[in-house]
Amino acid sequence: MGIRFSLVAVVALVLAAFLGVGTAGLNHFFGVTVPSIALVVFLGGVVFRVLKWGRSPVPFRIPTTAGQQKTLSWIPQNKLDNPSTKMQTVGRMVLEVLLFRSLFRNTKFEIEKGPKLYYQWEKWLWLASLAFHYCFLVILIRHLRFFTDPVPFFVHDIERLDGFFQVGLPGLYLTDAIFMLAVTYLLIRRLIIPQLRYISLPQDYFPLFLLFTIGTTGILTRYFTKVDLIKVKQLAIGIISFHPVVPEGIGVIFFIHLFLVSTLLIYFPFSKLMHAGGIFLSPTRNLPNDSRFKRHVNPWNYPVKVHTYAEYEDHFREKMVEAGLPVEKELDEAPVTAQNSTEG
Amino acid sequence: MAIEQYLLKHKKSLAGQWFDLLTGTYPLETVRLLKKETNQFANPVGHAFLTAIDEILDEFLGQNSAEAMWPLLDKVIRIRAIQEFSPSSSLVFIFDLKMLARGVLEEELAGGLIDHGELSDFDRKVEALALLAFDVYMRCRENLFEVRMTELKNRTNRLLKLVGNE
Amino acid sequence: MAKVPKPNELVIEHGFPQTGWMDTPAVFRPGNFSYPGKAKNLQALGLPNPREWSPLDEDWKLPSNWKQIILEGMRERLDKFRSFKIFMDICVRCGACADKCHFYLGSGDPKNMPVLRAELLRSVYRKDFSLAGRIMGKMVGARDLTEDVLKEWFMYFFQCTECRRCSLFCPYGIDTAEVTMMGRELLNLVGLNIDWVVGPAANCFNNGNHLGIQPHAFKDMIEFFVDEIEAVNGIRCEPTFNRKGAEVLFITPSGDVFADPGTYTLMGYLMLFHQIGLDYTWSTYASEGGNFGMFTSHEVMKRLNSKMYAEAKRLGVKYIIGGECGHMWRVINQYMDTMNGPADFLEVPVSPMTGTRFDNAATTKMIHIVEFTADLIKNGKLKLDPSRNDHLVTTYHDSCNPARGMGFFEEPRYVIKNVCNNFHEMPPNTIREQTFCCGSGSGLNNDEFMEMRMRGGLPRANAVRHVHDLHGVNTLATICAIDRAVLTALMDYWVPDVTVYGVHELVANALVMDGETERTTDLRGEPLPGMEEDSENEDV
Repeated sequence: MGIRFSLVAVVALVLAAFLGVGTAGLNHFFGVTVPSIALVVFLGGVVFRVLKWGRSPVPFRIPTTAGQQKTLSWIPQNKLDNPSTKMQTVGRMVLEVLLFRSLFRNTKFEIEKGPKLYYQWEKWLWLASLAFHYCFLVILIRHLRFFTDPVPFFVHDIERLDGFFQVGLPGLYLTDAIFMLAVTYLLIRRLIIPQLRYISLPQDYFPLFLLFTIGTTGILTRYFTKVDLIKVKQLAIGIISFHPVVPEGIGVIFFIHLFLVSTLLIYFPFSKLMHAGGIFLSPTRNLPNDSRFKRHVNPWNYPVKVHTYAEYEDHFREKMVEAGLPVEKELDEAPVTAQNSTEG
Repeated sequence: MAIEQYLLKHKKSLAGQWFDLLTGTYPLETVRLLKKETNQFANPVGHAFLTAIDEILDEFLGQNSAEAMWPLLDKVIRIRAIQEFSPSSSLVFIFDLKMLARGVLEEELAGGLIDHGELSDFDRKVEALALLAFDVYMRCRENLFEVRMTELKNRTNRLLKLVGNE
Repeated sequence: MAKVPKPNELVIEHGFPQTGWMDTPAVFRPGNFSYPGKAKNLQALGLPNPREWSPLDEDWKLPSNWKQIILEGMRERLDKFRSFKIFMDICVRCGACADKCHFYLGSGDPKNMPVLRAELLRSVYRKDFSLAGRIMGKMVGARDLTEDVLKEWFMYFFQCTECRRCSLFCPYGIDTAEVTMMGRELLNLVGLNIDWVVGPAANCFNNGNHLGIQPHAFKDMIEFFVDEIEAVNGIRCEPTFNRKGAEVLFITPSGDVFADPGTYTLMGYLMLFHQIGLDYTWSTYASEGGNFGMFTSHEVMKRLNSKMYAEAKRLGVKYIIGGECGHMWRVINQYMDTMNGPADFLEVPVSPMTGTRFDNAATTKMIHIVEFTADLIKNGKLKLDPSRNDHLVTTYHDSCNPARGMGFFEEPRYVIKNVCNNFHEMPPNTIREQTFCCGSGSGLNNDEFMEMRMRGGLPRANAVRHVHDLHGVNTLATICAIDRAVLTALMDYWVPDVTVYGVHELVANALVMDGETERTTDLRGEPLPGMEEDSENEDV
């Protein structure tokens, strides 16, 4: 059900753009209005969500410790898996954010002894996620050339590197291919592994279908319909400089691409895609394990009802005296309590 | 050639199908884990089943001594005895052997290499195995309750000693 | 009444429903749930909705406005805990955690996959705290909070031991223990708890310890151990109680005072402290290291934990030493100072024997007995004869809380290797930060839950059996009182030849004490290696 719903939603989006631009001629709406709204919603939404998370305090230090703690001087600490300072925590976060270290932990290289010897490499999820996110990043950077004039040097460098393997004209970007492969893997995995299918929700399929279609339309515009890049750049710069223009002669496929990207931007802040921001705020990862030697204050700490020693002694005084335990008040100093006899 | 010999010839397929049926009693999502995960520590149940089935078949089609069989059955039944199964569904896998044997021996049966007398002898052997499995199952359950009792005793053992009860 | 199955039904009968998880209600049956909290225990703690009830009943006697209470409670906790808010929002359901849970591995029940356990709560969060969920409902994995959902929460939040193994593998660090803790807090708001948690918590609140041992009995019990030790090696330890002006306050889980085999670990502490001449005192008021409040709510955790500092202040000690316990150390490491500090009336712990300053406990001012002992051994302050443990082939179980809530890995190994000649590690994906839970933590160590405990403990037992078969391991050492009790049961069922020990029992066996008579048995009365003949005649 979730799969079909997500698929229908994406097809509907494609059709909307196709009919909107191709038939109804709503070029301005799909070329300027929607992308502008999308940008505002995206930026506003992300800021809103992060602020909303930030509004809730972190009362306790609850890092998941994955290595030896800082302890006696002769026991080496595992500084990356169990950081005790800010810098070490930054190191842990860098590994988490840039290399998906926790996911890498998932399964290890294994050589099994048994009837036969073989390698078990269950790093596909980690590899596909890493490939997906990095290709996405490179593709984003490459798209910067539509928004900048002059185009910064690193964008050129990345383009050159990415198009290293000259296949056809225009040159095939490696990241385009890997991106599509990775998205396909992540999707297929969700469809065929019963465990995952069982836990998957429509909002797990939707972004994958969406990204798959964005990738496809992007590739179509670049390699097949060969959209006029200069006109696209005019459009892009127009939007971010608040002087929107919609040049004639940009194909409908481009508008579909743009519309889907806009949808992604609007969808992003209100979905699980916010994990991109959430990881930075995750209290089991971004805190040093230092609460034994550094005081932390819980902003909403409040007094609670406790059972004081005085109450305890009042309750047990006779028995304590009888057992020879020291007491604060001797039997004759304290008011007589009837509680002892009722104690079960 | 005896029916056991024929079955030994098909042991690989027999064991595979038996394992499939056994893991098939778990939820679909779990079946994949039980079958695919090869690390015995990441998949203790699947690993125990896989190795035990092989050993049970060897023993069953070979010596078939109750003494040797007991610990092999125990490997599987000890797990199922504490899982979310009724006693009957814990042990149903033993009876699966009858159906599986008929399946893998299809050609031999059609070719008349095995007669009906042999087949019904085999069925009785499976039934005997099931009875043994029942004993193992009961032993595991008794064991479970012994464990409960021992724990309860351990909890207050010192108190009893203190007041001179033990 | 069940029908006799037809032959064709026999083959296809499944133990589990094959429906989607939202359409599969929780079915309670003896063995898969813990008994509910008794009214008197809820009253003792002032917890809401005290009453007698049973999960097997249709009517759980909830307050009429229970739904409003739960949703209000959720809102409050979302505002108070960033962890809760983030963990509700960012899960992408990648499945990395799915097969990391010992309960899932042992039971095969999909709702024991950590991701799904959290989804039980997330589905309600989406419905009531997100726009999409409100509008699109089930389409976006949102569902109404109904009594069935609440019952499901009760089942599965009390089928999680808060061991944090899943959080290790989550790319965003989502910690199911945190989710379970929130889930249990919410359940507590409408009076849903298990007696094995509220009972000990109530006892601890009023009597000072989980078992409800009264002060005189506590003292009697420890003095009884003094006699036992004297029978073994002729040394008479002289523990003191509630003594003002001692240098150190010692607090350990009360389970070790009554429950075998933890009692032997406790004897180990007595012998060690006597041998080094530590100026320390026990307290009958703060006679509990464990904190079952942690399994109830943050508030009850704080209420129980407060006694440690209060008693240290009253007695005027310099610092506190804590015994071998699992969740106690998670509380001390991650919560105590923030909840009940600052402990500015204490000093940074300095070992009086070695002069080592424990700067790693500079603010909590409480050190772990194992790090204290490791320091003693490192500085050559203990005379040890590890051959007295030669009848033992040892492996070590990392308790979840010191492992993943602290990072306490090398200290116990250092101590064990110095007091035992035979030590073998279990396979790497079952120890240290990847350690498998005993299956009975977080208040689930009650006997009515035994079947589930055996399922949850299966992955741990499986690894023990591996080293048992491979190296002849017969001893499972651990630094947690719950472990000592429950691993014993677990071993009895899965690997009957393995016995459970606390680390300080092993230390005490090896410890050569000044003026002791020749030992012929260990603390359990088992003959020492080479002494088999003698002990038979003595009949200790």
